Amino acid sequence: MPEVSITGEGVGKSYGTTTALKSLDFTVNKGEVFGFIGPDGAGKTTLFRILTTLLLPGSGKVRVEGYDVVKDYRILRRILGYMPGRFSLYHDLSVEENLRFFAGIFGVDVRENYHLVKDIYGQIEPFAKRKAGKLSGGMKQKLALSCALIHEPVVLVLDEPTTGVDAVSRREFWEMLMRLKTGGITIVVSTPYMDEAMRCDRVALMQQGNIMTTGTPQSITAAFPHKIYRIKGSAALNILSLTRKMKHIRSAELFGDAVHISTENTDQAPTAAEISQYLSAQGLGRHIISEAVAGIEDCFIDLMKQPDRHV
Amino acid sequence: MYEAKENNGNVIEAVDLVKRFGNFVANDRLTFSVQRGEIFGFLGANGAGKTTAIRILCGLSKPTSGQIRVAGYDVYTRTEKIKQRIGYMSQRFSLYEDLTVWENFRFFGGIYRMKSALIRERADQMLGRLGILELSDAVIASLPPGIRQKLAFSVAILHKPEIVFLDEPTGGVDPVTRRQFWEMIYEAAATGITVFVTTHYMDEAEYCNRVSIMVDGKIEALDTPEQLKKTYNAGSMNDVFLKLARRNEEQMKE
Amino acid sequence: MKRFIIKEFLHIFRDVRSMLILFGMPLVQVLLFGFAITNEIRDARVAVVDAVPDVVTKDLRNKLFASGYFTGGDILAGQHEIDERFRQGDVKMVVVFEPEFAQKLERGENPVVQLIADASDPNAAKLLVNYATGIINGYNRSLGTYPPQAVIAEPRMMYNPSLKGVYMFVPGIITILLMLVSAMMTSISIAREKEAGTMEVLLVSPLKPISIILGKVTPYVVLSFINAVSILLMSYYVFGVPVKGSLLLLLAESILFILLALSLGIFISTVANNQQTAMMLSMFALMLPTILLSGFIFPIENMPAVLQWISLLMPPRWFIFIIKSIMLKGAGLTYFWKETLILTAMTGVFILASIRKFKIRLD
Repeated sequence: MPEVSITGEGVGKSYGTTTALKSLDFTVNKGEVFGFIGPDGAGKTTLFRILTTLLLPGSGKVRVEGYDVVKDYRILRRILGYMPGRFSLYHDLSVEENLRFFAGIFGVDVRENYHLVKDIYGQIEPFAKRKAGKLSGGMKQKLALSCALIHEPVVLVLDEPTTGVDAVSRREFWEMLMRLKTGGITIVVSTPYMDEAMRCDRVALMQQGNIMTTGTPQSITAAFPHKIYRIKGSAALNILSLTRKMKHIRSAELFGDAVHISTENTDQAPTAAEISQYLSAQGLGRHIISEAVAGIEDCFIDLMKQPDRHV
Repeated sequence: MYEAKENNGNVIEAVDLVKRFGNFVANDRLTFSVQRGEIFGFLGANGAGKTTAIRILCGLSKPTSGQIRVAGYDVYTRTEKIKQRIGYMSQRFSLYEDLTVWENFRFFGGIYRMKSALIRERADQMLGRLGILELSDAVIASLPPGIRQKLAFSVAILHKPEIVFLDEPTGGVDPVTRRQFWEMIYEAAATGITVFVTTHYMDEAEYCNRVSIMVDGKIEALDTPEQLKKTYNAGSMNDVFLKLARRNEEQMKE
Repeated sequence: MKRFIIKEFLHIFRDVRSMLILFGMPLVQVLLFGFAITNEIRDARVAVVDAVPDVVTKDLRNKLFASGYFTGGDILAGQHEIDERFRQGDVKMVVVFEPEFAQKLERGENPVVQLIADASDPNAAKLLVNYATGIINGYNRSLGTYPPQAVIAEPRMMYNPSLKGVYMFVPGIITILLMLVSAMMTSISIAREKEAGTMEVLLVSPLKPISIILGKVTPYVVLSFINAVSILLMSYYVFGVPVKGSLLLLLAESILFILLALSLGIFISTVANNQQTAMMLSMFALMLPTILLSGFIFPIENMPAVLQWISLLMPPRWFIFIIKSIMLKGAGLTYFWKETLILTAMTGVFILASIRKFKIRLD
């Protein structure tokens, strides 16, 4: 059994009449990268604010490193590293002034703790005198991460660190997290990008205040209960509308340059050859159809379409 | 000279577009054209100069040099004409959250001097297509993000613009809505509206007819996704992007 | 704490707007109120109707125009021109002498000097008439032989004998500026942290609320204090406004008021979640009452009873009274201990309220 870092039991939260979180259960193990994956409005930020003692849970219990987020918030605030969405930096302060300030409020010295952020901060150090407001998205992200790490937190909480950042910076960021992980720190991260799920040890897929499923990305994709066919052709929109008219087709969705079709689990469900025949008969030109392995995004879409997923 | 003229069905034509801020060259001799009804993906890393170029094409900012025509009008002198013929939607600002769906339609339709009856007719048609006719009097703030996104797009094309500019329209949107959104884009393009779109989702780059990739103020590549993948020997647009957008943006940004 | 205060100073020094409010405002306000917006009348254009000039009317005219209040002295052809000149707007008052003025005076009759003023600006008209009446009365008395009235009132303006407007304004400006700098700037700077999301990080850190508040407030205490001192220096050297009482007491009372304003600012920031709201709240909840209800511009005695009651709740009202007493009357603590106590109590209430309201969480 791995050691547990964070547990949530029946965590709920409402603002007035709107329910942000519906009663979540989850566990995060020590030293793992745990991803909460979901679109805007799924409740990720609310959940993270509860984890970081910024919000009181409306119901349920959350313990981080054995401490209760309500009662023991003082202790937790010492051992947590938190990077809110939108990289909270002081834009009128320079790179080094930001780092020094955040070290200061945790009562640590930048020089003593420099080794903790050397790997990341080193990349932006040439711009130490530049105002944080003038940095590119990727550099802001690195600075914010350095500021969250400088006091040697036990648990690192990152709220949408890759939102608004281009694909190159996103990849670099995940490489940094992988290196950090080797130091044994527990990392909780949220993201609306489904492809980033594959980088996590375990993920929770979230939608409208619910956790739809939890597990390793591999176990989630392996559990996809239907067959998926991938069709490539020049007229994706045509493929969509044609296949959606077919019987025993659960869904047809765009996936990059192809269309993913998942079929019902019955004997009557069409095979790849049958689908291809049908499309050709309907006048669709050259196309390639093959059976595909479900990705996280296929799973997410499938879970979203199950009306009874949280019963 | 001042009359709108169409060249080979191109709605956007830029030749040697340059925009300088002091010593900094944000757009370095961009040359490209966009055809009527095309879905044109405008990609690039943060700070590559996408926003600057879009501002120029929308008539919000004057280029330093270059010949640029949008919807047949010159961007130096005819910005008013251009603005009547384009639509715009961004992730940051789209709809007034404290107004109802109908009030938003009426306001944005009014900006383009559309008659009330026409606004009503098109709004009903669009809401019907989305299956949310009954939400006509709902306040935007009360609607889920997915529906808002689709409404914002509907409002942006309410006046049947020749070109609609979409600046990261699907940021943070769930995968189902994202796809429905793209289906709306396809439908709009099928009616002849040209779509000029930026995105950070590389799978969405695959949905475009043609894609340009900007790096450090220059257009580094411009072709169909298919051809780009061949040229750069990459399995997906994501790989193409990673190969092209090198890491010198840090030094560039001032 | 030290880091926090350094950071606050950096914010202030790097923001042109803050710097302007901090250091440009005092200068501009003192100069504006001191020079431009004055309720004294100098060099008002006055015309004269003197159909049959004689020794006495000439003498009176000389006295009037030598006073420095009036200039011009055009002789109009007759009463019918008065209206015309007022309409043109170049003349503010006309002095009309009866014909045969000197003879009448000698005969023991009462000749009349008519003062006709343009009362479209009532305050100015009243002042002009008062000045002229004073000069004419003085002339009367100097004649000696002819007492015009049995009882002569002899006014004396204590503490501000020459009725200088700037004496009145300096206490007001100090009050406004301390309010503005302390309350508005702190509330805005806290709201800015909320807007930028940095407040989240501060809250998640082990910093205690009191440290955050103190870190925010300290730079403004220092800067407000410097401000108060510089206004005093400027008004002393430029306008000659004296400080008759104890300077030390004045500074101590100022610090008390700064603390009050700061606690108000923090209180506002606990309610406001963005800079705009903080700004609006400070403007409407603090600035306008400071200007309108504190007795700075409009005398409290003339207000309707309801507003007088409300003005009791206005901290600036008490503070203006205190600094006026010290600066102009040279009074000591025994004279305004009540007012000081009221300010202290208000400070206590707001500090307590804002510490209680300052959230350790986001909701």
